[in-house]
Amino acid sequence: MMQEGLDDGPDFLSEEDRGPRAVNVDLEMDATLQVDISDALSERDKVKFTVHTKSTLPNFKQNEFSVVRQHEEFIWLHDSFVENEDYAGYIIPPAPPRPDFDASREKLQKLGEGEGSMTKEEFTKMKQELEAEYLAIFKKTVAMHEVFLCRVAAHPILRKDLNFHVFLEYNQDLSVRGKNKKEKLEDFFKNVVKSADGVLVAGVKDVDDFFEHEKTFLLEYHNRVKDASAKCDRMIRSHKNASDDMNRIASSLYTLGTQDSTDLCKFFLKVSELFEKTRKIEARVAADEDLKLADLLKYYLRESQAAKDLLYRRSRGLVDYENANKALDKARAKNRDVLQAETNQQLCCHKFEKISESAKQELIDFKTRRVAAFRKNLVELAELELKHAKGNLQLLQSCVGVLKGNT
Amino acid sequence: MADTARDPPPDRTDFHEVEDGEDLFPEPSAETPESQPASLSAVDISTNANGPKQDSFFDDDNEDLFAEATEEVSLDSPERDVLLSDGPSPAITPITPPTSVITPRIGHTHDDMFTHSSFDEIEEEESGDSFDIHISVSDPEKIGDGMNAYMAYKVTTKTSMSLFKQRDFAVKRRFSDFLGLHSKLASKYLHIGYIVPPAPEKSIVGMTKVKVGKEDQSSNEFVEKRRSALERYLMRTVKHPILLKDPDVLQFLESTELPRAVNTQALSSAGILRMVNKAADAVNKMTIKMNESDAWFEEKQQHFENLDLQLKKLHASVESLVCHRKELSVNTAQFAKSAAMLGNSEDHTALSRALSQLAEVEEKIDQLHQDQANADLYLFSELLGDYVRLIGAVKGVFDHRMKTWQKWQDSQMLLQKKREAEAKLQFTNKPDKLQQAKDEIKEEIEELEGKVQQGERDFEQISKTIRKEVSRFEKERVKDFKMIIVKYLESLVQTQQQLIKYWEAFLPEAKAIS
Repeated sequence: MMQEGLDDGPDFLSEEDRGPRAVNVDLEMDATLQVDISDALSERDKVKFTVHTKSTLPNFKQNEFSVVRQHEEFIWLHDSFVENEDYAGYIIPPAPPRPDFDASREKLQKLGEGEGSMTKEEFTKMKQELEAEYLAIFKKTVAMHEVFLCRVAAHPILRKDLNFHVFLEYNQDLSVRGKNKKEKLEDFFKNVVKSADGVLVAGVKDVDDFFEHEKTFLLEYHNRVKDASAKCDRMIRSHKNASDDMNRIASSLYTLGTQDSTDLCKFFLKVSELFEKTRKIEARVAADEDLKLADLLKYYLRESQAAKDLLYRRSRGLVDYENANKALDKARAKNRDVLQAETNQQLCCHKFEKISESAKQELIDFKTRRVAAFRKNLVELAELELKHAKGNLQLLQSCVGVLKGNT
Repeated sequence: MADTARDPPPDRTDFHEVEDGEDLFPEPSAETPESQPASLSAVDISTNANGPKQDSFFDDDNEDLFAEATEEVSLDSPERDVLLSDGPSPAITPITPPTSVITPRIGHTHDDMFTHSSFDEIEEEESGDSFDIHISVSDPEKIGDGMNAYMAYKVTTKTSMSLFKQRDFAVKRRFSDFLGLHSKLASKYLHIGYIVPPAPEKSIVGMTKVKVGKEDQSSNEFVEKRRSALERYLMRTVKHPILLKDPDVLQFLESTELPRAVNTQALSSAGILRMVNKAADAVNKMTIKMNESDAWFEEKQQHFENLDLQLKKLHASVESLVCHRKELSVNTAQFAKSAAMLGNSEDHTALSRALSQLAEVEEKIDQLHQDQANADLYLFSELLGDYVRLIGAVKGVFDHRMKTWQKWQDSQMLLQKKREAEAKLQFTNKPDKLQQAKDEIKEEIEELEGKVQQGERDFEQISKTIRKEVSRFEKERVKDFKMIIVKYLESLVQTQQQLIKYWEAFLPEAKAIS
């Protein structure tokens, strides 16, 4: 049932501009490689994204082409970046979260079951609302997948990645299967080790002021963004609940208006209409807050984690380098395996320096991007809040005027 | 003023002030059906005794009326004294001991079935001024300690009506006093068809918190809710032209000392009796099948049933809105704190400042939500709650009408049976007992005929009263809803205006990030 209204991809995307909806990221529009998600289809339990590329780069066979990708393929691409040692010195753009329609689906199902117990109007209204909610989640997941691709495309090094090109161009299924249990378990342990390791490594004081500062900053920032994101979500949920109540109030007032035999019937109908309209505005306010504020915080939660990961890798590299130095000294002292130790030490040194160099730039870029994104979103948030408040005000004032005039 | 008048003259307008505490009988027009206020069984006999005598009062001569009234009064003055007499005459105003609340006082209640025009007439005759009275309930004060503690409220009346001894006065009352007042009014007026505004509800949980001395948000809100509800209750009561003049009401507003209304306690004997009566009523209601001959009543009953249903639904939604808005306020405050923290750790100065500003805006907004939730509650939600209870009172009045009809029908059936018995007697052949039996039956039949007539009059009377009351109620309802909902919408307007101010102040800060 749900699929019918939502499978017509082109329709629902047409209202927004086709450019990259880089909500949370400030990207330079580079003509040599432009990537966006031009279409999306929601099926039973998966979403199919149409990734559209426009490029003047010689690597590609054509200048413009599209492929269909699923969420798992995005994850595969992300993981391939993470596992690539060459990219250790870069902030890997965070992977998009898995599309999660479970909650929305459940609600629609419950609605279907409860169809008999409500009036036709109520049912239609609720169905419309739930469908709108479903649509909103859908749009969000598309945006987040798109942002990921755009970030990769904008990164001077990552955009050249071979896997990325395959991802964009190869018009067959990449046969990327989701991780099986064993691999998921491996990942879990890897993460545990990493976090334990991370704690140890974090304890190492860095000689470099810049990195030391960044480390302290990121640790604290990450935690606070997490908190702010959670509280923002709660606030928005309350807002949605209040607007749902207004919906029910509007319905009740409407019934009262149709039943009343006194002067009040016109009165109730007018107030019911007001509540309907004002509720729509309140719902939009909640949705915009979600988009401009909550999503922003969520995104920077993930990015700050990615930045932390970078710092971790660098610290790891530093520790390896220091260990290699110690090993070299030991080898020289014992005069055994000196060459091996030397090569190793040189390797570690080189790795560490490479990471440090690019990391510094990456972190500076991260700050610039972050500031720009916050600025853009906060300005847009304020503008939208103002727009809605003014709209609401006008609605209320005109209604009060009419009601007072009639009494 | 003709509060104690027995019969409502539909268009009679001249009334006289009672000089020496006698009851005042308005001059009923001859064709008005005589109606005693519907009597409960206990007072049946006396009213019956008075019934026939009533007829002689239907004449145009005020003096004669009074003369006879004097006789009338003396017959029942012991009983009268027990009840709070009506009227502005100060002489007959003994303080009603609480127990009398239970005794049926129907016989001489002061409310009269005045016609609507008479209401106005009375007021004008009475005081020459229009309805001008304002009551406020304020200064809740906790008196005493522990479980015996209670809240005392200051009831201030400002009025220019000559009904009152002063223009501006105040008394101290506690919650049970209000309940006592309602109880008295209900027992006097409900069964004859007047819609008596219900008193605010008891709340064991709320009061216990106050008694225990818990000073927090919820107990403060409880006290404020109660204070506001008591104020609305009193204003509604005095807006009713008949209730306004009830001596109980006047006493409540004016006298410094008021006897404790102990019978309002839930577990007192009176309380238990009330509960038993309520249950009995519910059962009776189910068994009475009335032949509604008047389409107006059927339509109105249906109307009130629907209204009841819808208002309850709306009330529930508004309460939910209040709850969610309070939640929103709390969550916004938490987010504001979190955003402030984030701003603190942000190392880009301009962004940091902007985030702190965002935190401030959100903090102000949370206060805004809190205020709005209060408006939601005190204006909208409480209005709906009041009307749900008021409609309960309206439905009760309709039920009384049914009971009155039932009584009438019962009397009629009894009369029928007696007549049949009489007819049978004609054919028995026991001559010695015959005459005696015949006389007995004749007496009983006469009595029953009187009862039937009385029953019919009562029924028509209550029907008439209800019609007037319903029309008055609907007018008030329309006024109330319009006024309060407009006020509520204005509160919403204010909220939006504030929101605009806050976001407008924030916008340049956001733009200043570089």
